[in-house]
Amino acid sequence: MGLMFKDETYRGDFTFANSPAAIRHFPFPFHEDKYMYAVNIEPHVPGRKGTAYEFPIDIDEHYLADMRDRAITLAEDPLRCQSLPHMLAAEWDLVELLMTSMARDYPEHFSLTRDGDQWHWINRPMKIEDKFTFGNVATLPLRPMEYITRQCQGDFCLLDQRDGDLWMDAGIVTSQADWSLDFDIGMSFKEWHAPVPMAHEIGIFDRALKFLLAMQIGHPVRRLNWTMTINPRLDTAPETYPKWGIDRTTVTPENVGDKVHLRVELQALWRLPRSNAIVFSIRGYLLKMRELVTIPKWSRRMHRVLKTLPPEIAAYKGLSRYQQTTIDWLSKYDDGQPTSLGFFPD
Amino acid sequence: MAAAMLSRPVYPGLVPDMHAKHNLIVTEGEGAEAVLDLATKTSAEFFARTTILYCTAGSAAKDHETALAKLNPKHLWVLPSLPTVMFRLKGVLATADMGTRLYAAGTEPFIGSVIQEALAAGIDFKSVVTEHRGSAKRRVQCVHCKGMTENVTTNPVACSHCGINLFVRDHYSRRLGAFQGVIIDAEEPGSAPPPEEIYR
Repeated sequence: MGLMFKDETYRGDFTFANSPAAIRHFPFPFHEDKYMYAVNIEPHVPGRKGTAYEFPIDIDEHYLADMRDRAITLAEDPLRCQSLPHMLAAEWDLVELLMTSMARDYPEHFSLTRDGDQWHWINRPMKIEDKFTFGNVATLPLRPMEYITRQCQGDFCLLDQRDGDLWMDAGIVTSQADWSLDFDIGMSFKEWHAPVPMAHEIGIFDRALKFLLAMQIGHPVRRLNWTMTINPRLDTAPETYPKWGIDRTTVTPENVGDKVHLRVELQALWRLPRSNAIVFSIRGYLLKMRELVTIPKWSRRMHRVLKTLPPEIAAYKGLSRYQQTTIDWLSKYDDGQPTSLGFFPD
Repeated sequence: MAAAMLSRPVYPGLVPDMHAKHNLIVTEGEGAEAVLDLATKTSAEFFARTTILYCTAGSAAKDHETALAKLNPKHLWVLPSLPTVMFRLKGVLATADMGTRLYAAGTEPFIGSVIQEALAAGIDFKSVVTEHRGSAKRRVQCVHCKGMTENVTTNPVACSHCGINLFVRDHYSRRLGAFQGVIIDAEEPGSAPPPEEIYR
């Protein structure tokens, strides 16, 4: 498979960029030329080779840079990683899910040997090797969730299920699109989604919650969500908004291609076996407009989606300020031809 | 818009739990009037099983404590401030028995503090009977410095800790007992509109 991990940054000089293979790997989120909220949940089954859907836990060329950025964010604000005391069993469940997936699907980079509760984990790219007793917190250098998620791309939330609801009772969230784990921890499903406009009225969250409560072990699901980010910045938390908010004013017709990024979250959910909790992974991908327009179908579609986006959604996603500049830039790449259905390039 | 407030608790109003072995009513200021209204819906026996913690707050001049005393509760404790009420509440909850029903009446930050103590004592927040009375003032947590600003009646409001002008989002955390405040002028420093008095 030959993943080459890039040395790049998500802050400061922002050297992040996608290789041609990583562009085709990107989970483009629009299956038609317009966008509206939907319960777009589908089984999280292995998808096309070379795409973000190939394996349940996707590791890509940005792995080491992502992990470095997470470490910086956690060093500045440890509250990005929190777990309520009753979530320890779910933390161990998460260790099992991530280690077994990573070792199975990327054997040249990760390996896991299990002898009963004696586990031996090797992470070659990060030069980590640990032997520990599964279930014994004292045998790992960090709490289980933090230990493994400092070695796996994507944000992770652990949802406890009780009283017919899901409760966000643990998580590590360092690359979020403007929501605060520290504020939302302990909330129910509808409570933490409260700020989302329009979707409540059309029943999105009622249906999604009903679906998730019935999730079974061995049948993970996924959905895509998207927003846009100025500069390839992973840490767009409300906590640091005073630092990054100003970026939204820096978009000009000349720099759209490099500054404006489509940010897609591949959200996957698994029922966990010991805790009966659900892990909610939010794996983020960034794609520069200049990279996006290398795929003709995506350039046409992105242009049309932005042009017809309901203003409430544009405002909630924080892109109103640079939406028109981006539409104007993309219009050069939209020849008006029809687009084929589905996400993938033609 | 209703949908924007889904994380905010609802306060359906005080109704007596006639099956509770003991009632613990925590109230402040005009919340006393909710307790007096409750008395019209129930009996003297109810108050014989009831402890009232009352914080006079802004209603000191109204002498609600005299009216509350006339309900003949098992105990009436009149305390001078939010922290003293919460300190007493913590102690009472630590030794409360299983059949105790908790009630809270007053402003939203006051109810929020009672719910926080209830959560800390392992009480299901849904079992607490609540009624909002008095000012619509809010407690706001600055998402940047995490400081709490009390008695917020305007939007935006300056954080009382770091001074940032905060937009008060309609997003409420029960764990923190506060609304979320986020910098209002990050994208145009200095453009914060003047505070508008909307939570009176």
